[in-house]
Order: sequence, then C-alpha cells, then structure tokens
Amino acid sequence: MTDMPDTTLTSDPSHDAPADHGDDAAGYYTPGAPIADTKAPGGPIDERWQTRKFEARLVNPSNRRKLDVIIVGTGLAGGAAAATLGEAGYNVKSFCYQDSPRRAHSIAAQGGINAAKNYKEDGDSVHRLFYDTVKGGDYRSRESNVYRLAEVSTNIIDQCVAQGVPFAREYGGLLDNRSFGGVQVSRTFYARGQTGQQLLIGAYQAMERQVAAGTVEQFTRHEMLEVIIVEGKARGIIARDLVTGEIETHLADVVVLATGGYGNVFFLSTNAMGSNVTAAWRAHRKGAYMANPCYTQIHPTCIPVTGAHQSKLTLMSESLRNDGRIWVPKNKADCDKDPRDIPEEDRDYYLERIYPSFGNLVPRDIASRAAKNVCDDGRGVGPEVEGVRRGVYLDFSSAIERLGVDGIEEKYDNLFDMYARITGENPYETPMRIYPAVHYVMGGLWVDYDLQSSIPGLFVTGEANFSDHGANRLGASALMQGLADGYFVLPHTIRDYLADGPFEKVDESHPAVVEAKQAVQDRVTHFLSTKGTRSVDSYHRELGNIMWEYCGMERTEDGLKKAIDLIRTLKDDFWRNVKVLGTAESLNQSLERAGRVADFIELGELMCIDALNRRESCGGHFRGESQTEDGEALRHDDQFAYVAAWEFAGDDEPPVLHKEELVYTAIEMKQRSYK
Amino acid sequence: MKVTLKIWRQPDAASKGAMHTYELDGVSEDMSFLEMLDVLNEQLNGKGEDPVAFDSDCREGICGMCGLMINGEAHGPEVTTTCQLHMRSFKDGDEIVIEPWRADAFPVVKDLVVDRGALDRIIQAGGYISVNTGSAPEAHSVPVPRDDALRAFNVATCIGCGACVAACPNGSASLFMGAKITHLGELPQGQPERDTRVVDMVAQHDHEGFGGCTNIGECTAACPKEIPLDVISRLNWDLHQAMRHGH
Repeated sequence: MTDMPDTTLTSDPSHDAPADHGDDAAGYYTPGAPIADTKAPGGPIDERWQTRKFEARLVNPSNRRKLDVIIVGTGLAGGAAAATLGEAGYNVKSFCYQDSPRRAHSIAAQGGINAAKNYKEDGDSVHRLFYDTVKGGDYRSRESNVYRLAEVSTNIIDQCVAQGVPFAREYGGLLDNRSFGGVQVSRTFYARGQTGQQLLIGAYQAMERQVAAGTVEQFTRHEMLEVIIVEGKARGIIARDLVTGEIETHLADVVVLATGGYGNVFFLSTNAMGSNVTAAWRAHRKGAYMANPCYTQIHPTCIPVTGAHQSKLTLMSESLRNDGRIWVPKNKADCDKDPRDIPEEDRDYYLERIYPSFGNLVPRDIASRAAKNVCDDGRGVGPEVEGVRRGVYLDFSSAIERLGVDGIEEKYDNLFDMYARITGENPYETPMRIYPAVHYVMGGLWVDYDLQSSIPGLFVTGEANFSDHGANRLGASALMQGLADGYFVLPHTIRDYLADGPFEKVDESHPAVVEAKQAVQDRVTHFLSTKGTRSVDSYHRELGNIMWEYCGMERTEDGLKKAIDLIRTLKDDFWRNVKVLGTAESLNQSLERAGRVADFIELGELMCIDALNRRESCGGHFRGESQTEDGEALRHDDQFAYVAAWEFAGDDEPPVLHKEELVYTAIEMKQRSYK
Repeated sequence: MKVTLKIWRQPDAASKGAMHTYELDGVSEDMSFLEMLDVLNEQLNGKGEDPVAFDSDCREGICGMCGLMINGEAHGPEVTTTCQLHMRSFKDGDEIVIEPWRADAFPVVKDLVVDRGALDRIIQAGGYISVNTGSAPEAHSVPVPRDDALRAFNVATCIGCGACVAACPNGSASLFMGAKITHLGELPQGQPERDTRVVDMVAQHDHEGFGGCTNIGECTAACPKEIPLDVISRLNWDLHQAMRHGH
C-alpha cells in the first residue's frame, strides 16, 4: 500500500454532530468518572520508557521463585511472557485451550513484523514508526504506549534472530525488508508468507525450554472460566480441564491474560475456531474495564462465503491489491455471467473510479466498505448466499499481460494455490472473488502503561488489550505488539507489582475461591440441564449475522439500536433454549462452545453500545451519520478524542462509561484523505 | 452429494471404541472436510446423539491442530491438512472411513481426538536455541547465507500435526524431529547446542514410544508441508557426529 497524504484537520462545523445528537447512547449506559493512565512518567516521550523501567521496583532473584505467575494464552504475547518470566526465575503456570502451546492463532499471521531498524537507510526511525502507528490508528491510541512499542521493536528482531527464526535474507546474508501496510519505508521483516508461524515457534521453543527447566508448568486443553479476586486483587483462575471436565483452582500472586482478540463474535472471521472472549469477558464482569470494544478491523481481501455451512473465512495477503484490479459488473444482469465474457466497458472498476489517486490501494476500511456498498447495490458476484451475492472480482489479467504468468507466479504463487484449493477455481484463468472479513480487534481490556487492567494484579497483553492500535491497526504491527508486550514490556512492569509480594497465601476454602468455582459449576450445570431445542452454533451464527449487519463495516444509530434489541432477545432465548448434549465429566466440545457463545452475546451488546456512543467515524469504525459530503469518514476530535472504558455494572444494569482523555504531546492530530 | 461416513467412536481413553456408520446427504463440494463433519454434528445434535469429537482450530492449514486418517491416509487424498481438504475431492455415493491418528505414542482422548503431548516433550528435550530474552546480539552481527536461511525456513514450516507419525508403519516421529534438527542446525545460532540437541531429542523420542525409522517414506508422502525425507539423514548424521564427539 502507498502512504496517504495528510490534510491538517480543519473542523467544518457543518459536519459536526448537532448538539441534540451528542449522546446517541443515552439510556444505554451510565456516565462514570473519568479515568487516566497514572503509570506513564511525564517528560519527553523518548525518555518515558527508560524512566519507567528505572522506577519500576526490582524483585530479588531469590524471591522470584516464591512468586507464582499465571499466564493464560500461549500466542506471541503469552508464550513470550511465559518464556521470559520463567527465565527470570518466577514460578510460571501457562494455560491454553489447544492441545499444544504452538497452536495459538498468532501462528496464522502471514505478512510480517515491523521494526524500526532502518536497515534500508530509507529514513525510518523509532519516531517515524511511532508516528505511522498513531496516524494509522486515526489518533485514538495512547501515545506513550505507542512510542514504547516502536522503541522496543528493534530488540524483537535481535531476539528472534538469536532464537533461530529464519527470516528472509538477502544474498549478502543480511535481513531483507519490505514495505507493507500503507507506509513508505521498508521496515517489515518476514519469513515468506508465514511470519507469524515462525515467530510463534520461536516463542514456543523458548517457552518449552523453560518447561524443561522447571520454571514453567504448561496446562494444555485447559480453559480459564473465571478469575479469582481476593481483597481487590487478582489472585488466580478457575480453569476447566477440557479432557476430564474437572474444574480446577489455580492460585497465584498475579494473573496475565494474553488471550487474543474476540473477532469470532461475528461468527465468521479469520480467527481460529476456538478464539474466544471468555477469559477477558469473565475478567470484565469482575471489574476489568473493556475499552473501545467497537473498534474492529475488517480486511478487504478474504475468500468469500460459499454457503450456509461456512465455518470460517480465510484471508489472503492484501499485497494482492498491488497488482490485481477490483471490479464488479456495471449491470446487475451480468452478475451471474462468466466474468471473462463481460466486456471492458461493462465493468465498474469502482475503487479506481471513486478514488482516482489511490485506486485499488485505498486503506483496508475504505476498500471493505466500498465492496459492501456495491454488493448491497445488487452488483456482487459469486454464489448467492441468503439471497445476496457477496463477492467482487480481483482481476489479474492485466498484470498477467504485463508481467507474464511467471512474474505473477513468483510474487503470488502460494496465494494463488491457496485460493485454488479452497474455491476450486484457477485464478490464473478467471478473476478471483474476494470479500471483506473480520480480521482483528483493536478494542480490548483497558490497561495502563504497565499493561495492568483496572483490577490490580491482572495484566493484559497482546490483542487482548486495547492500547496500541487506536481505532485501526497497521499491517505487520500485531506481531510486533504481541512480542513487545511479552518479551520486553510486561517482564519489566510486572516486577513493580510483584515487588510487594509474595502476597498472603489464599486458601482454596476462601469465600472468593468457593464463589468463583461455584459460578463455573453452575454455568456448566445450566447448559447441560437446559435441554432446549437449538444448537450452540445456531445461536452463534445468528449473533454473527446481527453483528455483521449492524455493527460491521458501517454502523448507524437506528441499526445499532435494532441490534441491541435483537441481541437481548437472542440472549434470553439462548439461556432458555440451548441444547447441549453429553456430560460435564469428559471432552465435550458443545459445552465448551456454549460458554464461549454466552460471553460473545454479552460482548456483542456492549460493542453495539460503544459503537452507538461513538457518533464519529474513526479508523475501522464508520458511523453513517459522520461522513463528509463525499462519503468519507469524519472524525470529531472535539467530542471523541477519548478511550471509552466500560465498567460492568450487573446483568440487568447499563454499563458505566469512563472516559480516558487522549492527549498528544509529540504528534499533531490530522484528518486523513484518500482522494 | 451424499456420502456414507464410517467414523471411529470412542467415549474416552479407557473405553473400547468401534466404527459407526452415518449417512450424510446434502454435502456441497465447496465444503471443507471439517465443515462436512460440522454439518454431521449439527444433525446428530438435533437427533440427541453425541456429536463426533475432532480437533481443529485455525482451519487454514497452519496451526497443526487438525488431523484425521481418511480412507487410511493421513489428512486424506490431497497433500494438505484435513482442514484444507474439500469435498470436491470426493464424489457422490462415496464411502469415507475416518479414524484418529494411529500411533502408540498418541493415545486416543475421545473419538477422533488424540493426545500429541509427546511432540511437545521432544521439543522440551532440546528443540530450541538457548538464548534468554534481552541477551541477543544485534541481528546483523551474524550474517546467514541466503540459501542456508532458506533451507532452514523450508523445514521450519513443520506444523507439528503428527501426520508423519500416523502414516509411518513404525509410528516414528523421525520426520518431525529431523525437521527441527535441520532447521536449527542450518543456522549459525544453532551450532553450539547441535550435539546435545540431537542426542536429547532422540532419547526423548524413543522414551515416548515412537518407533524407529526404516526409510519407508510414508511420512514425507503424508506431510502437508512436504518436509523432505532427507531431514532424517541429517538427523542421523548429526547423531553420528555427536556420538563421535563423545555424547
């Protein structure tokens, strides 16, 4: 992708939300006290992390083995943290729901990992990576956190190379870089299209080394179902052994959630089948604030849905847009024709038409929304699913003419193969069909600069937290954040908290433990005894449809209010009518999914409330009511330059909104333009 | 299309299992193999029968969680993972036999789900480079010839699914182990521990109950990532060298 020019924000009052629309979500929430990050030191932005590392108290090496650390999740953020804290000598317990830590969904990331190494001497720097990330996040991230991310990015590459991660190299033996995701410098390190896999295996091996050393104990096929809070502090988790069904108590001095994103609230997404929000949501219900839950990234180049059986969506690298041209037929009557029979003059290359300067390379959210609009207009292509064709052509015929089949093969062979395997069509002969899919969530549990949530002793890392990507994430930055948090940030900040430990021992008979365990037991019993008529998956699909329709690429006040009503009805029905077979004392995949879907339903409602409250368009969040005269996203910095941190107030109570004001000292806020 | 499924059902590790037959209609060729099983499970659930347990997670061929013996072949008739196999590889009226991975070192957990913890333990024995976080030198301080890096990458693509073990008549994990030995052994960073790595990993492999390699080659034929058989030669060479060095 190419870079986008800035136009300095000129606030046009005619587009500002009228005062009577200032609070769309009135009645859906309770206003709460403002919050602030109290951990980031003041002073120049490039000195804050050094200062914080110095001020964070140390833990004597002989005390570390007396400190128990629970880490839930074994992706980049969790696996790297487990390895690092194990090496430091803490007593680590690591949990994952998969059969091995190496399965975590970080493994599926394709493109690469950014780092401000400036190996290409093309003007990159820590400050430029910081600037690009804040700008890419549409000025909705916290600048101290982002600066630190850029700062430690270089250490990540050193660490991974030393671990044996086989990054792509040049003939001279030095590391290769490419340009990626909307920036003008080449700072992305990669291992063919499998960078996430290679980085995860590096973290996994480092963690397994600590398992052998006895500092990390791994619990596979275990799912965290509750957090234990004692005297206001996170002191452990309740986990279910997914094989035996046993509900186990694990106590510790500190708990880390590295549990990934919640894109599966949409049912169909590029996430893994098991990716879920349960750990984060259970923590939210116990007091951890959920920040900006509506910020969702929708990726424009995924393989379209083929039918009602679809279980997940597969992403193809958006590098395809560098050579492919996106179009749909001008006439609805042509939509079921062989695309090769549709003459040039009957094709609508809509991105090139609407955005002449950027054409097919407009940012992800714009490309995605444009695809939805043409399909809603009845000009989509491919199979009809529930009465609508949801696909657009990505056509390589002119690139093949220009570069030859060999040229295309060299650049995209593995993607073309993947496409052919999934669709049964040969993209060298007929245009690919693509459609947007949910890919990543920028929202997540609120954390301070130390990555600590609003519950003392509960830390949150990686995609599960909210802090670094604002309203939209740049390509190749998810891997960077996961590893930054796991290897280089959390191990320093967590010690300041642990310096007060070991904390007073908690007994399994403590009322807070008994209550948490009972709550898990009650839910399991409820699902198995409901004996309703509808399967868990059918609820999940329905929830996904609601979210995609009303809280997807374009959100409106009316749509979101409708969605909230629909979700509340669905929730009520789910708890009365779900059908889960089998027993609690064995591997029971329906039972596992029931708990996850129950939490997705509650999260979905909060996402809609958050989206309803934010009557502006920013990053991945597009509100129909907030656009320029020519249909572009319009931010309202005067009203919404804050993090929306939501507090759970009870099952039948509206959530409480705490606002964290975003202050930029090292960067100027600008409005973007792509025309 | 319509298919007849013969599926291994086993309630848990302690119970005896048996093949059960299910007829499934309305299968579309665009379905992935696992989506076809999802449809079966929705129907079983509707009828009040316990759904078939099987593992899968990413469903894009990279996490290594899925893996079934399909008509006697690990991951079925195509060179890919079970999740990337599509029903267009079958035809109307086909009978499809579905079993879990078969190997002593992979005990059945339930139905088609097996325990592959032994593979983690082989990695724990030595499948890493010992470098603590923060102690790494600057990434460009050690250049790696491009071809070495590429060879390392090509075998580092192993997804740890266990198909090689399931396909091997001896139930050997030599291809899995050889891939890791080769990945780390191709890189300068992997040299200091090269001898101990191979000795410790092989000892763990044998301790777990995996069989020995007799160069049959079923492993590489079944491997969805096409890990070549010569990684086992590399494994044997490294083991031989380590023993000469007195390990």
